Order: sequence, then C-alpha cells, then structure tokens
Amino acid sequence: MLEIKGLKVKLEEEDKQILKGVDLHVGPGEVHAIMGPNGSGKSTLSYVLSGRGGYEVTGGTATLSGVDLLDLEPEERAAEGLFLAFQYPVEIPGVGNMTFLRTAVNAQRKARGEEEMSAAEFLKHVRAKAKELKIDADMLKRPVNVGFSGGEKKRNEILQMAMLEPKMCILDETDSGLDVDAMKLVSEGVNALRSPDRGFLVITHYQRLLDHIKPDVVHIMSDGRIVKSGGPELALEVENNGYADILAETA
Amino acid sequence: MASNALAKRRADETEARIAGLTLPEGAAWATEARQAALTRVTAMGLPQKRDEYWRYTDPTSLTADAAPTVPVMPRDEAPVFGEVERLRIVFVDGVFDAGLSDPLKLAGLEIETLAEATAKDIHWAKDLLGVLEANGQSPVPRPLAALNTAFASDGVAIRVVGKPVKPVAFVYLQQAEQSDVTVHHVIRVEPGAEMTLLESGPAAARLSKVLEVDVADGATFHHVRAQGRAHERRAVTHTFARLGAESTFKSFTLTANGRMTRNDCVIELTGDDAVAHVAGACVGDGADFHHDDTVFITHDAERCESRQVFKKVLRNGATGVFQGKILVKQGAQKTDGYQISQALLLDEDSQFLAKPELEIYADDVACSHGSTSGAIDETALFYLRSRGVPHIEATDLLTLAFLAEALDEIEDSRLADDLRDRLEAWLVRRR
Ligand SMILES: Nc1ncnc2c1ncn2[C@@H]1O[C@H](COP(=O)(O)OP(=O)(O)OP(=O)(O)O)[C@@H](O)[C@H]1O
Ligand SMILES: [Mg+2]
Repeated sequence: MLEIKGLKVKLEEEDKQILKGVDLHVGPGEVHAIMGPNGSGKSTLSYVLSGRGGYEVTGGTATLSGVDLLDLEPEERAAEGLFLAFQYPVEIPGVGNMTFLRTAVNAQRKARGEEEMSAAEFLKHVRAKAKELKIDADMLKRPVNVGFSGGEKKRNEILQMAMLEPKMCILDETDSGLDVDAMKLVSEGVNALRSPDRGFLVITHYQRLLDHIKPDVVHIMSDGRIVKSGGPELALEVENNGYADILAETA
Repeated sequence: MASNALAKRRADETEARIAGLTLPEGAAWATEARQAALTRVTAMGLPQKRDEYWRYTDPTSLTADAAPTVPVMPRDEAPVFGEVERLRIVFVDGVFDAGLSDPLKLAGLEIETLAEATAKDIHWAKDLLGVLEANGQSPVPRPLAALNTAFASDGVAIRVVGKPVKPVAFVYLQQAEQSDVTVHHVIRVEPGAEMTLLESGPAAARLSKVLEVDVADGATFHHVRAQGRAHERRAVTHTFARLGAESTFKSFTLTANGRMTRNDCVIELTGDDAVAHVAGACVGDGADFHHDDTVFITHDAERCESRQVFKKVLRNGATGVFQGKILVKQGAQKTDGYQISQALLLDEDSQFLAKPELEIYADDVACSHGSTSGAIDETALFYLRSRGVPHIEATDLLTLAFLAEALDEIEDSRLADDLRDRLEAWLVRRR
C-alpha cells in the first residue's frame, strides 16, 4: 500500500540532509510504528509524504497504491487517501471547525468524483463521530484548534481522520499531551478505523500507545534512516533500555 | 516659491472646479449654509497631491472638472440586503427617484428629501446641514466635504423620533456612464431613538457623498454599507457624527472594486459614556484599485469608548490606505480607545500604507492601536490542503477568515451573512 524506497530529503533552504535513504513498506491492514530519538527525521518523513513545502527530495520514491505521491499536490495526496495527524495541529482563527470539516470532506469527495455530502447527512455523521471521541458541540463550532487544549487538538485530528476515512493514516505523536483517558479514546478511535484495506503508520516515543494500538511491525529511525525493524517486542526494548543498545549494534 | 506655486495651483483648480456649478435653490437658511460652505471651500482650496492628508491617495480624479466615463454594470446580481425588510430610498445617478422608492413613511421616522427640507423656511435640518461638516474641518481641512455641502441638491433628511421596525436603505443606481453624483444626507436621532441605515450600490462614475449624523443622548445609530461594484468608479465619502451622552454609533463598510475610494469618517464624542465603532472590510484586485479609510475620532467627554477595526485584502498590485487617529482631549478621562488596521497581501505587488495616530491630552485613558500587513499563513494553508482542500479554496477560506474579524463588528447577523456571502462570491469569481 505505502511503498517508500531509498527516500532522501534535504532542506530546500539550506544544505542539510535529513532523510538519508528511508525504506518502508506498509501493506493493507497493517499497523507500523516508527520510534526513534528526537530529531531523527520522523516528522520530516510524514511531512514529505503529505507534501509540505520547504523540503527537496534528492532521491528515492514514495507511492501509495502504486500512485507516485511525490508528484502530487498536498490536496491530491489527501484525495488519494493519505492522511497525516499532525504532531502540532494548526490553529486557524476565523475558520469554524465544522466548516473546515465539511469543506474537507466534500473537497475530497469531489476530487474522487463522488457526490457531496448533504448538510444534514454531514451533521449527523460528524455528531456521531464527535460523540465517540467526547468532542462536544462547542468545540465543533469554535475556530479550528483555537484555544483547544493539547489533548483536544489531538482528538480533533482523530475526528478529522474518522470523517475523511483515509486509506493510509500517519499519526505523528498523536499520544503526546494526552491524559490516560484521552489516550484510550484516541486509541479506540484509531482501532475503530482498522480494516483489512487500511494502513497505519504510527510515530511515537512511548510503548504505552502501542499497548492500545497493537502494531504489526516496529521500526527504529535514527539519523534519517530506518536502522532496525522488528515485532512489537522492539518497542518494549526501547521502553526498557532506550536507544543506546540498538544504535550501537546497528552503527 | 514652491509653496506659492502650490497655493496658486490650488486656487486655480478650485476656481475651475467651482466655475460650472451653481448653488441649489432653497430657503434662506439653506442658502446661507451653502454659501458658508462655498466660502470654506474657497478658503481651504481643493486637496492637492502634496497635502499631508492626501499623502497616500492622489485626489486628482476626485477634484477634476468632470467625472470619468464608467461603463454601467449590469444589474445581474441579487441586490445587497435584498433579503432584509427595509424601506428603500432610491437614487438614480444621484437624483431621488420616487417611483423606484418606497413611500417615505415609517413609524418613528420623519423622512423628507433634502430638496423638500431645504425649501422650508423653518426646519430642524438648519442645525445640522453643513454644521457637523464645518465642525469637522479642524484640525484637518476636508474641502471635498464642504464642496459637497455647497452644491448637493439631493439627499435625504431624516429625524428619528422612535424605534422604526425596519432599516432605511439608500440605494444608489447608476444609469449614465458619466454620472457625477453629489448627495448629502442629514440625520438626527432624537434622545433614546434608534435607527439602522443601509447603503448600497455602484453609485456613479464619480460619487461625492456626505452624511451628517447627530446622535442625541441615549440614542443609537447603526450604519452598514456596501460599496460596489463597478471597476472604474471613483468615490469620496464623508461621514460626520456627533455623539451625545450614552449614545451609540456603529458603522461598517464593505468595499469591493472601484478604482478610487476615499472614505473619511469623523466622529466627535461629546457626551459622557458614548460608544463609537467604525469598521471596514475591503477587497481590491489589480493595480488600478486604490482604497483609503481615513478616520478621525475625537474624545471630548468622559468614559467614552471608540473602536476602529479595518481589514483589507489586496491582490495583483492593489493599494490600501489607512489613516486613523484617536484624539483624546483634556478632561476626557477614562477614555477607552482601540484601533486595529490589517492588510492581507496576496502578492508582492500589492501594498498597504498605514498611519495610525494617537494624540492624548488626558492622563487616565486606555488607548491602543496596531497595524500589520502580511501574506497568507503558509502553515495554515498546508494544514487545509493536507485535508484535501484545494489550494485556491484554502486560500479563499483563509482570506474570509481574515476578514471575519471586521465582519464580526456588524451586529445584525443577517446583514453580516449577506456581506460575507458577497465577499465569498467576489473571491470565487476570481478563481
Ligand atoms: N524546516 C526546517 N528547518 C530547519 N531544520 C529542520 C526543518 N525541518 C526539520 N529540520 C531538522 O531536521 C531534523 C529532523 O526533524 P524532525 O522534526 O523530522 O525530527 P523528529 O524525528 O520528528 O523529532 P521529534 O521526535 O523531536 O519530533 C531535526 O534536526 C530538525 O531540526
Ligand atoms: Mg517529530
């Protein structure tokens, strides 16, 4: 489903190589986790895949169900079914959360040649999903993420994901800033979306999230590369011993 | 030497401009008011490009002898405020059109045309016509307003004695390609009374409009206008307002298109605890577009609140100007003055020129002002696009969000929604 081969990325503005050849394959129905020290390039990978500016791809490929992602505009990647839950969700004053969600849902439907969702249908849908994530009506009315707590922002990301029903979900530290109950809510939200034709890439620093969202594969990223991949036990190893041993053995 | 040359040119231009004009007929008091205004114009002379108050806006097209030729826009759009119950007063090329207007009758209002009012030997308008305008000539001269007072033969005089159930709407229609319109309105809101005034229309090839509003103690005046839509039109408008104790004045202006618009708003808070809000949203496209909001608010009483919120979206080389001043006189303690002017520049060719000013002679006041200009927030743009919203739609969404803070100043949500939809349509037409 998501196929990344030898992906090399540098900053556009300066001569700084951040991704130094990333290989990753996430099949349909699979959940992969990426762990790794701060600054190793995890967020950069997620941004490059979703088409954020400021980076230059200097080598390699990334495809989603055979479609070359790197050639597409961010909105086209979204329409292809790619979704990124941001590490730092963006505040947009003046744009209502509901308007934002409806615009996004209908834009993607339009891009796929599907009919737009009626206002009533949308409302029903969004209310149900919001309720599951304990997002109250007031948060739907407020401007996107403005004045939301850290945890509320993360839940709002998952609400967007639930509404957009993407094929390939990338979650960048969605667990950071969540209290124990919110972590459970978010995990349930993610698990509810798990299906044989949907893939997940979960970036996290903590084993805790992976207790709820059970990964099939865990990757360790360091200095712009995947340096080790393994089963869920790899996350436990990181939790217990940190990265030193792993990095030493792969160096 | 140079200043002599300037004075000479000013005098010549003023003379040339006045030469072809005649004072309208009217009762003795009206003629006196008009003659006094004419004397003011001659004394001040018309504005010149070199004048400090016209530093960012070239007045030439506003002072020229003749209006330019401006193609008449087809009336293919639903009229602004069309969904709102209102009493329509229609001007065609600046001339009151009784046939197109509603009967000038509404409980709580006394409505006359300016011609009717100025024909009467005794009339309340005597205390208003040219009076607030003359008052507003210092410390900064506004000769185009005095020119208007002298020669305007059409307009409306409204005395508000109650709380009418619906707004009054001035609708300006253009029929002649060279229509050169001068209208002058006087409105007195009696103590405790309330009214809402709407204004709309492409107006004219060139429009000069003065609105004098006297808001008595405890009275309320709401004003929402939409300045559209013809691309080649020019306009200079002046609003002069005097506020009594515990009165409220709120004015909002939407401006889209037009080659040249200069909106002066001069407000004097003369009674304690009065509130004045002025706001504007403006969208301009192209190097021909020039829009100037010039606001002068004088606090001359205690515990008054004034608020200025102006937002401009400028693209393809458009120019926006904001000159806003808060003057707090001695003794105007506990003044609460706020002013913000912001521009969203959608490209590097567009420019925003701002001159915010505070002048304070009282010691116990809270005044703040800010002015910014910037581009679209790239982070927000990417966030929207990453959710599948196409680039252009995302830009429009953020543009409307930027304008929302100004639109929020409109109290009546029906009016705000109407204008918001129009702004959106304006953006969509440009996709
Ligand atoms: N736009 C940028 N300008 C400058 N440096 C950048 C930029 N984007 C990324 N970097 C650098 O690239 C490296 C990788 O950053 P990235 O955010 O991808 O790390 P990360 O693995 O997500 O870290 P964390 O676990 O702290 O979130 C860091 O050294 C970071 O400072
Ligand atoms: Mg990161």
